[in-house]
Amino acid sequence: MSTTTTRDATRPVPAEAPAAGPRGGVRGSTLSFWLFTGPFLAGLVVFVYVPIGWSAYLSFFEARYTVTPDKFIGFDNYALMLTNGDFTGSLVTFTVFAAIIVPVTWALSLGLALMVHRLRFMKAFFRSVFFLPTACSFVAASLIWKMSIFSGVRFGLMNTVLGWFGVENTAWLADPDPPWYWLVIVTVRLWLQAGFYMILFLAALQNIPPVLYEAAAIDGARPGWQTFRHITLPQLRATSTAVVLLLLVAAYQAFDEFFNLLAKSTWGRPPLVELYYTALGDDQDYGAGSAGAVILTLLICMVTLLQGRFLGFGRGDDSR
Amino acid sequence: MLGSAGLHFATGVCALLFLVPFYLIVRNALSTDAEITGEDWQWFPADVRWDNLTELFDDTTVPFGRSLWNSAVVGVLHTVGTLLVCSLAGYGLARIPYRHADRIFYAVLVTLMVPAAVTFVPSFVLVSSLGWVSSLQGLVVPGLFSGFTCFLFRQYFLGFPRELEEAARVDGLGYWGAYWRIVVPNSLNFFAAIATITFISGWNAFLWPLVIGQDQEAWTVQVALSSYMTNQTVNFHLIFMATAVSILPLVLVFLFLQRWLVQGVAQTGIKG
Repeated sequence: MSTTTTRDATRPVPAEAPAAGPRGGVRGSTLSFWLFTGPFLAGLVVFVYVPIGWSAYLSFFEARYTVTPDKFIGFDNYALMLTNGDFTGSLVTFTVFAAIIVPVTWALSLGLALMVHRLRFMKAFFRSVFFLPTACSFVAASLIWKMSIFSGVRFGLMNTVLGWFGVENTAWLADPDPPWYWLVIVTVRLWLQAGFYMILFLAALQNIPPVLYEAAAIDGARPGWQTFRHITLPQLRATSTAVVLLLLVAAYQAFDEFFNLLAKSTWGRPPLVELYYTALGDDQDYGAGSAGAVILTLLICMVTLLQGRFLGFGRGDDSR
Repeated sequence: MLGSAGLHFATGVCALLFLVPFYLIVRNALSTDAEITGEDWQWFPADVRWDNLTELFDDTTVPFGRSLWNSAVVGVLHTVGTLLVCSLAGYGLARIPYRHADRIFYAVLVTLMVPAAVTFVPSFVLVSSLGWVSSLQGLVVPGLFSGFTCFLFRQYFLGFPRELEEAARVDGLGYWGAYWRIVVPNSLNFFAAIATITFISGWNAFLWPLVIGQDQEAWTVQVALSSYMTNQTVNFHLIFMATAVSILPLVLVFLFLQRWLVQGVAQTGIKG
């Protein structure tokens, strides 16, 4: 998932020869191995593997209000979810959301990084300012956006500012037509995340050897767009790819801001919000909810495997 | 090309925009409702109302003090537990020879493909059948076993200087002794970086606490904040004071632990 640590992801270290271990040899080290890893592995099985398995099991049963069902219904839950306009609609919502938020966050965080990187004064200060929103939770940020900045009433900040120019009040969230709620959803995530990805870009910018720019200057490249296009951007390619994929996976898990900003509305529901209302809403349909979770899990696995392809796990320094 | 002055000016404008939400929190938290909802926009409250803070904790409709306490307990236990469990496992996978270590490591890697948020329904099913809904262990325990944190520790320990451990073995320490007396004390920077990131994501977590916190007693601060947005009565000054209080611990973390935070971000490339 990261730019710097994925290199060895698919290459476990060969186990050391027992001779290299301390006294006690293989037997003693087997015991030590389980002493160190046992608690974690037990927890991983109970809280990660068992739930997924149980959920796969539940997805074949009619399980309303119960997690120990007895009525086997085959693939009906899957059929229900996949023909359910709300669930498939949530996948469309995710697609729209990702298509906007990924490129916009990418561009803004890269832009901020380029700006901060070239600053001569107060560099650390500005870096901190852009990074600070990362401290806020999505809930807190949603609250500020909903109750203050994009409040649909007269005293919301946006409506106040627009009012100075004679623009009528806009119901940013309460009305899906025109879909102004996308502006709210996108800006809140942008504000929260841009500084975080800026840090990743800044680290990558610092790693570009200055000699490349010197060579380009000798070759007559003009500083500015030309060097950016032909040196900076290619040098940032690995980080850019990683950032795009991280943004995509993060968008897939979007829940907090949609849930809080669009509470009680029927539009703009991404997959996890839809799943929340299916499994924990009035129906408590764990069977259909589990089927939905299985579908989403399979989808994200496909994305992650593609990501592995793109990043070239284990291809060495390329993925830096 | 922008000149240096122009660059600083443009950066300053962006920075101001980024600070607007913080300004709004502070302004609203210290104003009266009349000032917030008034006809004309007021940039600052006529007189600063620190009383809003006591009013917030006296308000009985939302148990804010209780939720703050829950978040603190959950945040600390989540951080300490994750670090303990995942670092031990990471060390075991990186350094202790065992026949099936590779296979076990792959079993950990597979879990990285599925973000925990995506499987919240299955996790809820399990935790509710354990009877852990609205309980402290329900909030904390399922989140401790992070395959990703374990993976990070393993990668880190692979790069830990082997000579130091060998010196420990010469002194007669086994794996356990070497780990606690040599490896951990020499890795405090890395532990601090991971701890900072883990605490932030624990404090800011929303989906899981929302699912588990069915009773008000078990709400974390994020769930309490969220409830303000759907409440019938809206007290702007209280809501924003609550937001300010909920953000304050992390702003302090940012101001005083930024070194480790930046290090952690660079090392992990993820948040929450």
